[in-house]
Amino acid sequence: MNFNLTKTQELFRQMIHEFAEKEVKPLAAEIDEQERFPEETVKKMAKLGIFGIPVPKEYGGAGGDNIMYSIAVEELSRYCATTGVVVSAHTSLCMVPILEFGTEEQKKKYLPKLASGEWIGAFGLTEPNAGTDSSAQQTTAVLDGDEWVLNGNKIFITNAGQAGLYVIIAMTDKSQGNRGISAFLVEADTPGFSVGKQELKMGIRGSSTAELIFDNCRIPKENLLGQVGRGFRIAMKTLDGGRIGIAAQALGIAQGALDETVKYTKERKQFGRAIAKFQNTQFQMADLQTKIEAARLLVRSAAFKKDEAIKNDRINYSADSAMAKLYASEVAMEVTTKAVQFHGGYGYTREYPVERMMRDAKITEIYEGTSEVQRMVIAGNLFGKI
Amino acid sequence: MDNTQYKNVFVFAEQRDGVVQSVALELIGKARDLAADLDEQVFAVLLGKGIADSAKTLIEYGADKVIVVDNDNLKDYITEQYTQAMYQVAVEYKPSIILFGATTIGRDLAPRIAARLGTGLTADCTKLEISEDTKEFQMTRPAFGGNLMATIMCPNHRPQMSTVRPGVMQKCSPDASRKGEIINFAPKFDASRFAVKLVETVKEEKASVDISEAKILVSGGRGVGCVEGFDKLRELAKVVGGEVSSSRSMVDAGHMPHDRQVGQTGKTVRPDLYFALGISGAIQHLAGMEESECIIAINKDKFAPIFAVADLGIVCDLNAVVPLLTERLKKEMAK
Amino acid sequence: MKILVCIKQVPDTTEIRIDPVTKTLMREGVPSIMNPDDKGGLELALQLKDKFGAEVTVITMGPPQADLMLREAFAMGADRAILLTDRKFAGADTLATSYALAGAARTLEWDLIITGRQAIDGDTAQVGPEMAEHLGLPQVSYVAGLEYDGKSFTVKKQTEDGYQILQFEGKGLLTVLASAFKSRYMTVGGIVDAYDKEVEIWPADKIDYDESRLGLKGSPTKVVKSFAKELKQPGVIHEVDAEAAVELIINKLKEKHII
Repeated sequence: MNFNLTKTQELFRQMIHEFAEKEVKPLAAEIDEQERFPEETVKKMAKLGIFGIPVPKEYGGAGGDNIMYSIAVEELSRYCATTGVVVSAHTSLCMVPILEFGTEEQKKKYLPKLASGEWIGAFGLTEPNAGTDSSAQQTTAVLDGDEWVLNGNKIFITNAGQAGLYVIIAMTDKSQGNRGISAFLVEADTPGFSVGKQELKMGIRGSSTAELIFDNCRIPKENLLGQVGRGFRIAMKTLDGGRIGIAAQALGIAQGALDETVKYTKERKQFGRAIAKFQNTQFQMADLQTKIEAARLLVRSAAFKKDEAIKNDRINYSADSAMAKLYASEVAMEVTTKAVQFHGGYGYTREYPVERMMRDAKITEIYEGTSEVQRMVIAGNLFGKI
Repeated sequence: MDNTQYKNVFVFAEQRDGVVQSVALELIGKARDLAADLDEQVFAVLLGKGIADSAKTLIEYGADKVIVVDNDNLKDYITEQYTQAMYQVAVEYKPSIILFGATTIGRDLAPRIAARLGTGLTADCTKLEISEDTKEFQMTRPAFGGNLMATIMCPNHRPQMSTVRPGVMQKCSPDASRKGEIINFAPKFDASRFAVKLVETVKEEKASVDISEAKILVSGGRGVGCVEGFDKLRELAKVVGGEVSSSRSMVDAGHMPHDRQVGQTGKTVRPDLYFALGISGAIQHLAGMEESECIIAINKDKFAPIFAVADLGIVCDLNAVVPLLTERLKKEMAK
Repeated sequence: MKILVCIKQVPDTTEIRIDPVTKTLMREGVPSIMNPDDKGGLELALQLKDKFGAEVTVITMGPPQADLMLREAFAMGADRAILLTDRKFAGADTLATSYALAGAARTLEWDLIITGRQAIDGDTAQVGPEMAEHLGLPQVSYVAGLEYDGKSFTVKKQTEDGYQILQFEGKGLLTVLASAFKSRYMTVGGIVDAYDKEVEIWPADKIDYDESRLGLKGSPTKVVKSFAKELKQPGVIHEVDAEAAVELIINKLKEKHII
């Protein structure tokens, strides 16, 4: 048992922290205000290999691990949750399923482009009528000769329009239920594929969230990811990993809001002294930091287990990542709400970043499985089949 | 090494384009004190081409003797050429102490000579003195970003060498009637070691005065916020006849050029009046300005360390005060 | 081209505070970093590597903890790292430090040596030029730009009132300004590999030396006393609005006969 980061992970933490503070933080308010995708940051991150952290070097990745990946999302989100989710959706939801379920040809073809950041990746599961009940897929894929023909719509897709490659879940045989669902790889410039309207969101406003439209979109037969009928399982496994990314994002938002609050309460004076000197401030903040640290342990432990699972596929980390996401996202909401409260009227203005952080935190309780879904996963693991 | 063989306090009389630099005169001022305590003489060493006339100035400011090396090789400052000349002067005249200005020339030349002579060198001294009892040369300088002062000696090697920042020591008042001796010295140059060629010297146009020479400085820090914020400071500076300077954070952020930076890694300033506007007063900044005659600090944080050195501290938003102050001063000046 | 870059691990002096009671340095919790000018020097070397395929070796003299900084150098792109570490080096001033580094440089192959202008803990700017002298190399300090045409180096040297362009052929030593070379970040791939590479640990015996010139013994300068700087007595602090502030300032300026 060892709770320390390895030397490599620690060196990485230093780098990503410095990068986030110097390159990401100065843009955070601007991209939120303008609802603008942080292209310049994406280019810088690509150059440093941040888009290929857990991908082995043989596929053009950095050869790092999931702890490093979770630290990256945490540190980026500490200053800008938008930047955090761009990396998270790309890594967990697009590269990892290819790495875990793709053929050697698919890995060789797509991973180098994705890991280098030349292409951003995205993942399409949610539909207007398939949200928490994600098995109710209405997008269809039909094999026609050497091609799969996709029809239907996906909504709320992170990185939509920015991505070069989409992992798409679609129904191939409705009669089979969950087992009639398959996964596909769709390149952005495929005819019949288009990106619909951008959502206007409460938070993570710099990230792209949009509809995907498939209108007789034909992709080569070999772009099936995994086996026919295994798509639902691939989606669930992918989300198991994705939740670690979102948990790390929530953790980063929480830590960022607490950092701001510590700084503010030391500067802000009321009744003749810094509000940090009031015991109420100190006790509330102590409780919040404790919760953040607990969330961090859950995130790191889930990431650690995911790394173990790469070597041993009998290790299941679904409940671990669900717990990490459930807890970290609720902590993020609590910390950011209290951070705004500590800032008083200033906290409600855009002059201070906690206002943005509070808006950003909310999504972490919703996407890649709502808190209710996480509880279902955890309970399912706890009770088994009853 | 027999230290008693080494006598007199030498000053490298830095000149640029034939003009003796202020720091050289300041060092002669200090060298006078040291030489008096040691009962020795002050020598200025003037290297260059066509610079012999300046020797008289050095005497007026306190040099007892001026060693002049007037040579084509020394027309422009180049490390090796100057090192050869200065090294031979040191070997020939065996000084006890050599002082250099801590300029881009002095800090380039002094270590080269120290290593050639195999002796010690202490950089950027802020205080030089001869101990009363033992008559030892003590050099005091800041270290760790100005957090700590260290007193350094060079007990067993001669000459004892140090560099001193411009503006730290005081010049003597010039005395045109002072008498001194001018010695022409002809070193032997080894041209085979002249590897570096000077292609060109470019002076960057500066409408403004160097901040270390300014009498009034309007200095801005993080509280100023942005490039535009400095426009307000410039206006204030214009009204009071001062220059704009800044803390390191604003230079690092690219809002101000490096030559406007006050502090340990920037310039040491000692103006009559220093406005510290939105500068929290990190120790490295204080190290560069705390000797200012009068410091007026404006900062939103009443616990900012800058207030510990301020003669007048105002807890307020500088962006509210500065425009009002500028207007008010315009009226005052018009009176 | 082979480049030797001298780097130093230093406490981040902007983080150092003086204990107000004991008047001593509070070093606890102060991070150790690669000296900024040295990092600028490494950046210059790596730019030459990008352009001309130079091989970059970093060398430092220091305690074993300097390993961390050398890993950082690997992760930025350095090819080889050497840690000169030996009790014999302890207590070295700039002359003894430059002597040891020059000794190490003699056992290595290089076309160019790059150091930072100065280190933020000592701010002396002496080790580079002294090293150049020990090795009989031409030097250019305060380097803010460099061009190489395959034969000669054209160097931009920053001065107080502008800059100079200097040129030399063959081997030389440059001391570099951090402000002119914004250093790159470590890459993720570089970090992953950094601990798989070997940091070569060199004791004094790896170099040719005269013992009397190493460490404390070889240091002509001795620190005889160190102390915290006395701060000026504070004046009066007023918490006032902008109008009242202007009045206070005007009065002060009149008192000081500035207006």
